[in-house]
Amino acid sequence: MANVIGNEADVIGSAASMELTTYREAVADGLARELRRDPAVVCLGEDIGAAGGVFKTTQGLFEEFGAERIWDTPISEQAILGLAMGAAMTGMRPVAEIMFSDFFAVCWDYLANEMPKMRYMTGGQVTIPLVVRTANGGGLGFGAQHSQAVENWTLTIPGLKIVAPSNPADVVGLMASAVRSEDPVVFFEHKGLFASKGEPAPDGHVVPLGQAAVARPGTEITVVALAATVPMALAAAERLAAEGVSVEVIDLRCLVPLDMATVLASVGKTSRLLIVEENPYQGGWGGTVASIVADEGFELLDAPVKRVAAACVPLPFADALEQQVIPTVDSVTAAIRSLLRY
Amino acid sequence: MTTTTVGTDQLLALYEQMAVIRRTEKAAHDLFLAGLVKGTTHLAAGHEAIAVGASASLRPDDYVFATYRGHHHAIARGATPEECLAELMSKATGVCKAKGGSMHLTKAAAGMLGSYAIVGAHLPLAAGAAWSAKLRGSGQVAVAFFGDGATNIGAFHEALNIASVWSLPALFICENNLYMEYTPIGSVTAVPSPAADRAPAYAIPAEVIDGNDVVVVADAVAKAAERARAGEGPTILEARTYRHFGHSRTDPATYRPAEEVQEWLERDPLDIARARLAALGVPVEDVVATDERAADVVAAAVAGARAAPPPDPADALTDVWADGGSSWRT
Repeated sequence: MANVIGNEADVIGSAASMELTTYREAVADGLARELRRDPAVVCLGEDIGAAGGVFKTTQGLFEEFGAERIWDTPISEQAILGLAMGAAMTGMRPVAEIMFSDFFAVCWDYLANEMPKMRYMTGGQVTIPLVVRTANGGGLGFGAQHSQAVENWTLTIPGLKIVAPSNPADVVGLMASAVRSEDPVVFFEHKGLFASKGEPAPDGHVVPLGQAAVARPGTEITVVALAATVPMALAAAERLAAEGVSVEVIDLRCLVPLDMATVLASVGKTSRLLIVEENPYQGGWGGTVASIVADEGFELLDAPVKRVAAACVPLPFADALEQQVIPTVDSVTAAIRSLLRY
Repeated sequence: MTTTTVGTDQLLALYEQMAVIRRTEKAAHDLFLAGLVKGTTHLAAGHEAIAVGASASLRPDDYVFATYRGHHHAIARGATPEECLAELMSKATGVCKAKGGSMHLTKAAAGMLGSYAIVGAHLPLAAGAAWSAKLRGSGQVAVAFFGDGATNIGAFHEALNIASVWSLPALFICENNLYMEYTPIGSVTAVPSPAADRAPAYAIPAEVIDGNDVVVVADAVAKAAERARAGEGPTILEARTYRHFGHSRTDPATYRPAEEVQEWLERDPLDIARARLAALGVPVEDVVATDERAADVVAAAVAGARAAPPPDPADALTDVWADGGSSWRT
């Protein structure tokens, strides 16, 4: 890709064909693949058309698919999700964008009361095949109303599938599954990962929902991570490998369906579990993972389950303050060390 | 009488539908008092002409979205009184398998895509169904029925704006029964006609109509639907009407002045339809026979719903996902 430059050259290696792609480009690629495949797929959201998206995650879609497939909306989050749902109930496969996941709070009725409940409340009469995409997470200094990691908000609502990819190939593969899902899917794109690079997805790449990945195999401790905490956990594992410590990193990829089989199998091997989440400790998704391990994997453990999560404060603006609140490679590394000493 | 889309035979049929709805609502009320309906109900007695008149002017494949006061819309679009009453009575044969209850009656196979209990939430959904119809070039329209109270919530305004900007084939029909719940709508709204007076802000044509006259409703909806199908965009209809019961089961509606109640009861939609039938020369015996038929239908519905079995407890864990199940782990 044109913008793989400079200091990434050593990562790319010598083969010209091994060009990396960014997470940001993968979002547009994943959408474009589904738009080409199925004429029922339509996109709607604020500034996603001619502008290419405020994060440039829909770059090129308007040019390729036109105004009949890529719809610019007013700043009306309730209308965006409501229209998507009404269209999904009547034969379309809409992909709605909510610019920042913090804005879920202004259209929460659709995420909490409408999309996840209508099939159930009608005894299965309606089907709601839609995707809600959103830019999620912190680390970019956007302050407390544009930086939250809110996967845990959606986890409180039965009836939503929840996807949060950590790398470009997974973005494409999980997008394919999300768009093809017959159920509503919330697709969290991490703002801190947009510029990150990885292997491009091969043609026809599909990653099933609810299938965690072993991002790095290891033997002494399991670290369960999601989205931006995956590269964080991998960096900590790399650091500790230099000290002879073997860390297994599990990328959950999805919170619903939640692949606890992979987590429990890993804990069965390592006997230690650390969960790394970007949301605040109170009410974080790691609490659900920990409770299942406590319930179903208690005898596998040789140490308490530990969670590294954000401090229970609104996210501060300054980098020096934000780094005190959300998990970092340092805090993850320290937590792994303390668990290994137990 | 002015030219109308409703002929004499059709008017008698519409009268029968209204009579069935009225008796179904009365049955729901009685069954509640008998302890056979739990939760709450929001009865639509008095609103029948809006549902029946609108339905008469829609295509079978058009979409309808209603509110928690939605029994009349479900029945007008083809749900049977028995499956509606069975739903209210928590029976396996309920139209939503007893998973929705009174506030969520839905008959998707008939294009009745739900009753929504969060005020105003379904206006964007109807706009979405209209958008879908436009994208597919199907010629369908989508209708949102909503109360006067919904005109002061954000989703109403977001839906109207985008429906106008995108020229969507949508009809927004306000059932203005003068009270948002217990409070007169006029005392909490900046304009006298809560829906129609907002329409100019969104460049949408609007009309205030007599919601108790089934012919007036049918004519107005026919015109608006034709406009929508011609690609000319949405219409707002504000249909003035009145509840015969309180807001919900627990509300005796003592806040409504007796003279006002009396005045509206004298404008009962069934009486207005009867007067129209008489003016058209329909023999009174035909109307009486229609009433008897409606009474029989509802009596049989009550008996059938009472005799129906309760839901299988295992059904509590079905229908979350499209695969029929509720599993959230792999």
